Amino acid sequence: MTSVILKTATRLVGALVLVLSIYLLWRGHHAPGGGFIAALVAATGFALVVLAEGPGVVRRGLRIRPQYLIGAGLALSMGAGLVGMIRQQPFLTGVWWPSTSAVAGTPLFFDTGVFLVVLGAILTVLLALEES
Amino acid sequence: MSNLLIYPILLPFGTAAASLLLWRKPALQQAVSLAGVIGQLAACIVLFSAVTEDGIQVLQVGNWPAPYGISLVADHLSVLMLMVTGILGTAAAFYARGELPDHLRAKSFHALFHVLLGGLSGAFLTGDLFNLYVWFEVMLMASFGLMTSGQRRAQFRGAVPYVVINLLATLLFLMGLALLYGLTGTLNMAHLHQKILSHEARGLLTAVAFLFMAAFGIKAGMFPLFFWLPASYHTPGIAVSALFAGMLTKVGVYALIRTFSLVFHHDMATTHGVLLVIAGLTMVTGVLGAAAQNAFRRILSFHIISQVGYMLLGLALWTPLALTGTVFYLVHHMIVKANLFLVSGLGRDINGTMDLNRMGGLYQAYPVVAVLFFVPAFSLAGFPPLSGFWAKLLLIQASLQVEHYIVAAIAVAVGLMTVYSMVKIWIEAFWKPLPSSGTGGAAVPYSGWKMAPVCVLAMITLVIGLGAEPVYRLADTAARELMAPQVYVEAVLGGGRP
Repeated sequence: MTSVILKTATRLVGALVLVLSIYLLWRGHHAPGGGFIAALVAATGFALVVLAEGPGVVRRGLRIRPQYLIGAGLALSMGAGLVGMIRQQPFLTGVWWPSTSAVAGTPLFFDTGVFLVVLGAILTVLLALEES
Repeated sequence: MSNLLIYPILLPFGTAAASLLLWRKPALQQAVSLAGVIGQLAACIVLFSAVTEDGIQVLQVGNWPAPYGISLVADHLSVLMLMVTGILGTAAAFYARGELPDHLRAKSFHALFHVLLGGLSGAFLTGDLFNLYVWFEVMLMASFGLMTSGQRRAQFRGAVPYVVINLLATLLFLMGLALLYGLTGTLNMAHLHQKILSHEARGLLTAVAFLFMAAFGIKAGMFPLFFWLPASYHTPGIAVSALFAGMLTKVGVYALIRTFSLVFHHDMATTHGVLLVIAGLTMVTGVLGAAAQNAFRRILSFHIISQVGYMLLGLALWTPLALTGTVFYLVHHMIVKANLFLVSGLGRDINGTMDLNRMGGLYQAYPVVAVLFFVPAFSLAGFPPLSGFWAKLLLIQASLQVEHYIVAAIAVAVGLMTVYSMVKIWIEAFWKPLPSSGTGGAAVPYSGWKMAPVCVLAMITLVIGLGAEPVYRLADTAARELMAPQVYVEAVLGGGRP
């Protein structure tokens, strides 16, 4: 599709949507949000670019296959769970730095992993559909 | 707390992640995949021995105490199912290595395969109904991917009804969950058990119970919700269809056993009475459907349905002996059925077809394959002393014990019909000379990757049959745990806190 309005709007809205998704990811562990929903929002941003500029632009922009995002995300989420196990506690037990804060901790890594898995999965499907 | 419970789930997902990151290196992907299944089998064995020695194992994931967080629970039933998952996963992965050129093009094969194994382990281990729903979703996603991984038209024709009907089941499941949560305020199965003991709205609970029965019944392929199964199981690759045949419907049966022993125990006369009628109908329709078929894998698919009927029968009768029979039947059936699907692949390699009219001459040309078919097929039909004989014997004995003579008669009759189907395959594919229209004269070399899993599974069938005592004792312990859920409940809610 070649529409000047869509292309111009996408540049603005696409970037905003991505920022919003990162905000949702960040606030996820104490407020509504989180990795899953953030990835859905981010995917809509990518979908906009796919519609306006075509799947090739997105593929080039990503540099890596979306499948790698899924793999990396799975590994990151599991790694976040393993941190608790190394400390002789049940799998996925939250570990925070510094230990009293609730800012940075394994739940954030877990959520980031979820974000990557969901985003990777949606992009895999989206790009394959657009290219076929 | 015991982190042992997480490994059977963690290892497959780790393997899936690794094989996704190795997208460009198929050989390495393959090696990682085989290492992954062996690792998972080892994890299952370790957990199995922990449970048989020390009793029920519990892990409160994330260190959140029981009704609030998600509990993973391993009792005897769970670990028996896990052991079979490990064995079948390994067998299917090795067989897939043998038939791989077909699948090599679809590079997501290994990742999906391991996600499916992880989903199965999660479903068998979880002590939380909503978590069970999540594992069902994981399995559905992975199995849809695997079912279509050859990208042939017939595969999509089979996969679409599979996905649609399973989404419907998922929807029913979700509705049931919402209503149950509304009624009781919890979805932890142990906690539900306690809440339902003293719950007043028994009629509403029974209605919700039937929602769950329908949802899991679709997954299990029980009457009258089974039609998706024979429409889809004969289309994917052999290794995948063997894993599906062994595991997927049995997760549904497992979920029925779990919920209708631990959760919905308030009105057994109604729920288990309905189950008994359904069990009988499932047995009969499955076996009649099989008699009408004329292709190797389709006959086997219909037999899954009739066999699910037997398992439901044991649950419906609700006596210790009957439940023992159900658990024994599950273990026996999963191994035997997966093996039969694998053997059907060997037959196709030689004859180039699954159509019994065009198959033939296997016994003369490939006696080893004939023996490898004979063991699981006649175990399925219930010939003594193979494993299926003991499974059927236990169930028929249990139904006689509580004087359900009609059901016992149905079980015997369905067993005889199963013999008919197996003999049909035996005569058509193995005994009769190769028809002039068929192929298979040229010698096809045995592939070690394919033969090894078939041989090992046949061996396991023989071992379960000839040495039925240890498996019987395990099944008996599992049945006792199911009949007396207090131990399970205490393990989860009481002493399980770290």
